[in-house]
Amino acid sequence: MSQTTSQTDYSALIEPTRVHSRLYYDPDIFQEELEKIWYRTWVYVGHTSEIPNKNDYVTKSIGPMPILMVRDREGEIRLLLNKCPHRGNQLCAYQKGNRTTFTCPYHSWTFNTNGDLMGYALPEGYEGTDKKGLGLGKVPRIAVYRGFIFGSMAHEGPTIEEHLGGAKASLDQLLDNSPTGELDLTVGFLQHRTKANWKFMVENETDGYHPGFVHSSIFQVAQSGIANLYGSDSTALTRDFGNGHTEFDLRPEWRKLDTPLGWFGTTADRLPAYVKAMNESYGADRARQIMIDGTPHIMIFPNLFIAEIQLFVIQPISVDESIQHVTALQFKGGEDINRRLRQQTMGSVGPAGFLLADDTEMYERNHRGSKIRDPEWLVLTRGLHRERLDENGYRIAHSTDETTQRGIWRHYLKLMTEAQP
Amino acid sequence: MTATHSLSLLRHADGRTVEQLTALSLLDLHHHVSQFLFKEARLQDTHAYDDWEALWTDDATYWVPANGHDTDPELQMSILYDNRSRIGIRVKQLKTGRRHTQTPRSELARTISNIELVSVADHELDVIANAVIFEDNMRGETIWAARNEYRLRLVDGAFKLVRKKVGLVNNHKPIFTLSFLV
Ligand code: FES
Ligand SMILES: [Fe+2]
Repeated sequence: MSQTTSQTDYSALIEPTRVHSRLYYDPDIFQEELEKIWYRTWVYVGHTSEIPNKNDYVTKSIGPMPILMVRDREGEIRLLLNKCPHRGNQLCAYQKGNRTTFTCPYHSWTFNTNGDLMGYALPEGYEGTDKKGLGLGKVPRIAVYRGFIFGSMAHEGPTIEEHLGGAKASLDQLLDNSPTGELDLTVGFLQHRTKANWKFMVENETDGYHPGFVHSSIFQVAQSGIANLYGSDSTALTRDFGNGHTEFDLRPEWRKLDTPLGWFGTTADRLPAYVKAMNESYGADRARQIMIDGTPHIMIFPNLFIAEIQLFVIQPISVDESIQHVTALQFKGGEDINRRLRQQTMGSVGPAGFLLADDTEMYERNHRGSKIRDPEWLVLTRGLHRERLDENGYRIAHSTDETTQRGIWRHYLKLMTEAQP
Repeated sequence: MTATHSLSLLRHADGRTVEQLTALSLLDLHHHVSQFLFKEARLQDTHAYDDWEALWTDDATYWVPANGHDTDPELQMSILYDNRSRIGIRVKQLKTGRRHTQTPRSELARTISNIELVSVADHELDVIANAVIFEDNMRGETIWAARNEYRLRLVDGAFKLVRKKVGLVNNHKPIFTLSFLV
C-alpha cells in the first residue's frame, strides 16, 4: 500500500477536550481514514453463524468495500474481495447463498470458495499464463473471537486480543447470556441509510447524555425506565477501554434492582424456558448473576456496536453517508427470549424504529451543523472533574459523561498520526 | 350530496347499509375499496394520526418487510411489524411533539393505484395496490415505491383495516429513515 503523506495536521484538529468540525465533513480526511483506519485496523465483518455450512457465503463489507464472507469447502472462513481479477467486474451480485464456485458473468473466469482461480473460458488464449496469482483478492488477516469474525487489510499489526483488550470481557459477558454460550445471527439485517459522517454514530453509541432528550417521546409513551439510567442519580458508568472501545456499564443499576432479567424489562417467570436452560448451563447461582447483570452496551471501534439486545455494524460509504446495519441478538438455545428480542428490536431500531429513527435524525442534523463555520470547535468537557480510573485502570465516569468520546478521539488521533508499517 | 349520509358507509343503491360484501357488484366494491384506500392515504399524508389509527381493527397487523417480500415476520427482521397495541404506541409517539424525526413533519403526497381485488368473502376482502410516495423533509426529497397488500373487513357498514403489508420495492437495500405513516 502506498505511503500517503497527510496534508492534515490532526493534532491541530483534535485536542483532549475539543474536536474541530472539519473532521466530519472534509472528504480528504475521509480518504485518509480509509487508509489509516478502515483498511488497516481490525474491522468487524460478520458472525460465524451466518455461514454455518461449507460453501455458504454472505456479502459483507470493510468500509465502503464489499467483501465476500465465505466458508470454503474445507470449512475455513475466508474474506474475499468481490472483484474479478480479470477486468475488475463485480463478481457476486447476490446477498448470500451456497455455492462451490463463483463464476464471473463477464468472461466466465471461475473461482473456488477459497478464492483461487480454477479456470477461464477459451483457455487456449492463456497459454503460458500461470493461474496462481490470478485469484481473488483476500483480506490478509482474519481473526475469529468466539464467533465474531474480524478482518484487517494490513498484513501486520496487533493481534485481535491486543486490539480488543478489555472490551473482550464485554463480549464474554454477552455470550454468558446465551445458554449455549453462542449466538445465532440469522434473522436478517435492517439497513438504515444515513446522510451523516460515520463518527457521529460511533460517538453517539456510548453517549449517555442524549437518551433523556432524544428518546423522551418513546420513554414517555412506553413508560420506560431507561431514562433513569441516564439521569443525575444513575450509578451506571461510562468506560473507556482504550483502543477506541467504549461502553456503558449498566450493571451497578441492575445489581441494585437485583432482579433476574430486570435489564430486559421482564421477569424470570415470563421466560421460563430460557431461565431453565440458563440454570442448567451455569448452575442457579451463576445463572442468576448473569441474568441480573444482563448484556453489555459496548462500541467496539470502529464499527461493532452491541446495544444490549441488538448488534449494529456501522459502515462508512462516503464522508457524508453511512449505513447502520442492525439485527436482533439471538441466543442459540433460547427460543422464548429470542422471540422477545426480535420483537423489541423491530420496535426500536432500523429506519422506522422508535429509538433509532430519532438518533439518526440527530446524526443528519449533526452533519449539516458541522459545516456551519462558527464555532468550529465542538466541546467534549462533560464529566472531566469526576473522571477516575476503575480497578483495571480504565477511565470511568457518570453515565452521561463524555469520557467515551474523549477516548474515541484519543485513539483516532493515534491511528491518524502514528507511523504506518 | 346528502349531508346525512356518511360517505364512509357502504350502501346499496336504495340506501340500505351493506351487510355482505358479496352482495355488491365488483364494480361497486372496487369503487368502495378505492375510496377507502384513498382516504387512508390522505390521513397519512396529512398526519391525521387519530383518524388513521381509528381505521384499524383490534386484531390488526401493520407490516413493512425487509430483505424481500415473502419473509416470515414472526421469525425474521422486518422494518416494521406492529400489532394493534404497537400501532397505538407509534401514533402516541408521533403525537408527543418530540418524535424528532417528524418534528418538523415530512411533507407528503402519495398516489395509490393499480387497485386490484384479489378475493372477496362476506365480510372481508383482500386487495393489492401500488403506492408511490413523495416525501420532503430536512434531509431532502425522497421517493418511496411499494407494492401493498391489504385485508379489509366490513364492520358496521364501513371498512376497517385488518392487515396492511407495505412491500417497499427496495427493501433489500439501505433505506433512509421511514418515520411517517407509510
Ligand atoms: S472481468 Fe471477470 S472474467 Fe473478465
Ligand atoms: Fe440514542
